[in-house]
Amino acid sequence: MCLAVPGRVLDRSGDDPLTRVGRVDFGGVVKQINLAFAPEAEVGDYVLVHVGFAIAVIDAAEAARIFAHLDELGELAEFAARAP
Amino acid sequence: MKYRDEYRDAAAARRLADAIARAVTRPWTLMEVCGGQTHAIVRFGIDALLPREVTLMHGPGCPVCVTPVEYVDKAIEIAGRPGVILCSFGDMLRVPGSDGDLFAAKSRGADVRMVYSPLDAVEIARAEPSRQVVFFAVGFETTAPANAMAAYRANQLSLANFSMLVSHVLVPPAMRAVLEGPGNRVQGFLAAGHVCTIMGLADYAPIARRYGVPIVAAGFEPLDILEALYLCVRQLEEGRAEVENPYSRVVTPAGNRAAQALMGEVFRVIPRRWRGLGDIPDSGLALTDAYAGLDAERRFGRVCEGDEAEGECLSGLVLRGERKPTQCPAFGVRCTPERPLGVTMVSSEGACAAYFRYRGATAATEGAA
Amino acid sequence: MSGEATIQLAHGGGGRAMARLIAEVIRPAFDDPELNRSHDGALIDLAGAVAFTTDSYVIRPLIFPGGDIGALAVNGTVNDLAMCGARPLYMSVGLILEEGLPLALLRRILASMRGAAGAAGVRLVTGDTKVVDRGKGDGIFINTAGIGAVVAPAPIGPQAVRPGDAMILSGDIGRHGVAVMAARENLGLEMAIESDCAPLWAPVLGLIEAGIRVRCLRDLTRGGLASASVEIAETAGVSIVLDESAVPIREDVASACELLGLDPMHVANEGRFIAFVAPEDAERTVELLRTHQVAAEAAVIGRVSAAPAGRVSCRGALGVARAIDMLSGEQLPRIC
Repeated sequence: MCLAVPGRVLDRSGDDPLTRVGRVDFGGVVKQINLAFAPEAEVGDYVLVHVGFAIAVIDAAEAARIFAHLDELGELAEFAARAP
Repeated sequence: MKYRDEYRDAAAARRLADAIARAVTRPWTLMEVCGGQTHAIVRFGIDALLPREVTLMHGPGCPVCVTPVEYVDKAIEIAGRPGVILCSFGDMLRVPGSDGDLFAAKSRGADVRMVYSPLDAVEIARAEPSRQVVFFAVGFETTAPANAMAAYRANQLSLANFSMLVSHVLVPPAMRAVLEGPGNRVQGFLAAGHVCTIMGLADYAPIARRYGVPIVAAGFEPLDILEALYLCVRQLEEGRAEVENPYSRVVTPAGNRAAQALMGEVFRVIPRRWRGLGDIPDSGLALTDAYAGLDAERRFGRVCEGDEAEGECLSGLVLRGERKPTQCPAFGVRCTPERPLGVTMVSSEGACAAYFRYRGATAATEGAA
Repeated sequence: MSGEATIQLAHGGGGRAMARLIAEVIRPAFDDPELNRSHDGALIDLAGAVAFTTDSYVIRPLIFPGGDIGALAVNGTVNDLAMCGARPLYMSVGLILEEGLPLALLRRILASMRGAAGAAGVRLVTGDTKVVDRGKGDGIFINTAGIGAVVAPAPIGPQAVRPGDAMILSGDIGRHGVAVMAARENLGLEMAIESDCAPLWAPVLGLIEAGIRVRCLRDLTRGGLASASVEIAETAGVSIVLDESAVPIREDVASACELLGLDPMHVANEGRFIAFVAPEDAERTVELLRTHQVAAEAAVIGRVSAAPAGRVSCRGALGVARAIDMLSGEQLPRIC
């Protein structure tokens, strides 16, 4: 369950938080998405979308963590390869 | 596509797989809960990258698979009534009930419509006031907020012609049920990352503590799954049983407060029967009294839950993670997507169907992996 | 036919109303001399080997981004002939119209067919019209038969495919299926994706005239690249290994598939084909195809091997192979 896709918020409209919508760009395909569950989403943010609803704003800093870990692993692997 | 493509990098995937291989000193059996994760693992061949010591079992994380057949029958029955429009996600259209599926009902003249979002069903109700519109609301916690919003909107609009057939299930109770199973071999979990996006992580610490299993919130892209597997294996090797969250770009410990608030207003927790797993307490959602007027079972009659049929099908054991599809003697021989014996082969999201589609029937002859 | 806005049952009745429909709407749409003779059948001269094909077209919606059922019917027929190595020459068209079909829509579809036929160099020389009761048809069903002159020097078909052959795809996948599904299911997607509906004889002729030994051709339609590959592998009794990273797909089409949970390998196409050639001809084949706009993205995407017979596998993004099979039915969007 839970096919959710990342997209970039292009605009948002509506004052009522429960009915606020925004157009979200998914790699060239744009759809209007309900932003009720991502009230803090701003234009330019990336959101995770499931069945027409944004369920989270994607945190760029957190997203970088796995790549930092990969860098560490890369160094470890080199270290292990060089070790006697 | 940003936040997708970079998580499919082949070199990075191999680096994580190597890290898992270096970390492992003895066999471990892990389970990924979510059908979407099963799908990704089989599609990208992630398990083929893992060392032999790591066994991945596929859990009951497919709400389509675990929807009792009686609910599918009810949806088909409702769809067949004159003046009714039955709206459903695409996933449910081909799940067979006792006698055909919703797609077949459509070809017999029932007005069955696929929707992308639950709000589309509400719009249909608004546009067709003379018809009764029924939305088949299935899913895990990930989909519950959206389904809740449909109910909220329908009430707001005072729609008299909209109702919901609710068959929602919750993940943590299913994990407990798996761990309680007498044949259970699961030693660590990859939790369903999008369920966690909504609900946060609070449910998992008690499970980790009680059963001594590490639980890692995992995403759905190859790097997310491999990273979670690495952390889970590392915990097992170090003798730890904690909750970890590498999917922190969308999962926070508290989860999505706005979503939880609306869910709490529209739904209440009830016991539910799971296809293949039986009755699990506090594992389902039903409409609260304030929204009971939208309950399709009130309008069209209650669903009668019968007993599950016995037979050659091992889908219960597959859903529990006690058997791999390839370990079923019928897999690929007497049971195929064309002639399925049980729900895990019938549903395209089921573990058996995923294996068959991506590995082919000959996977059975390659031996249990 | 002034005053009539929609098709009535009488238009299929064999009487004056039908005669008027044919004389005033259908025949003028094509203005073909053979069609205009209004005989029971067309008289044509043929010499040499002939390719003969038939197809029926049932699609909803009738008009979709990038085309309509009319263009689909003509190009589909042309392409079936092209896949036999035959120059498309003549077509028949059987129309089954639903009572209530707007006449303006019928005119539009017929005009589209004429345009497609002109572009493909095929003549519409005979036809038939029937009308069914309201509710018994999706607006219009079209059946065609096509005749072409075989130009390829050696028979083209799965039986000619050999282990070691290269498999070439003529262009990017998934456009037609995504465009039609988005239109049909009212998915509310803003996108520039249109059907790739197009005739394919020109690039095929280019290969034949350049002396390429074309073993087999297959156009991708319903079931997508996956179905076409599996059909060839099974019929030819060979194994095919695909390289997913070599399969061209536009970013927005890939994104739409992700959004809907569709696998691009199974999404329908209407202007793409796969070609099997000897490995030493692969590079030249790709070069030749790329000189045609409809095949500008042509690429080698796979290789044929001997065993296991009938099996298609695909090396994915992580380098792991997965089995490719046909789906049981049409692919549906998923949320799971």
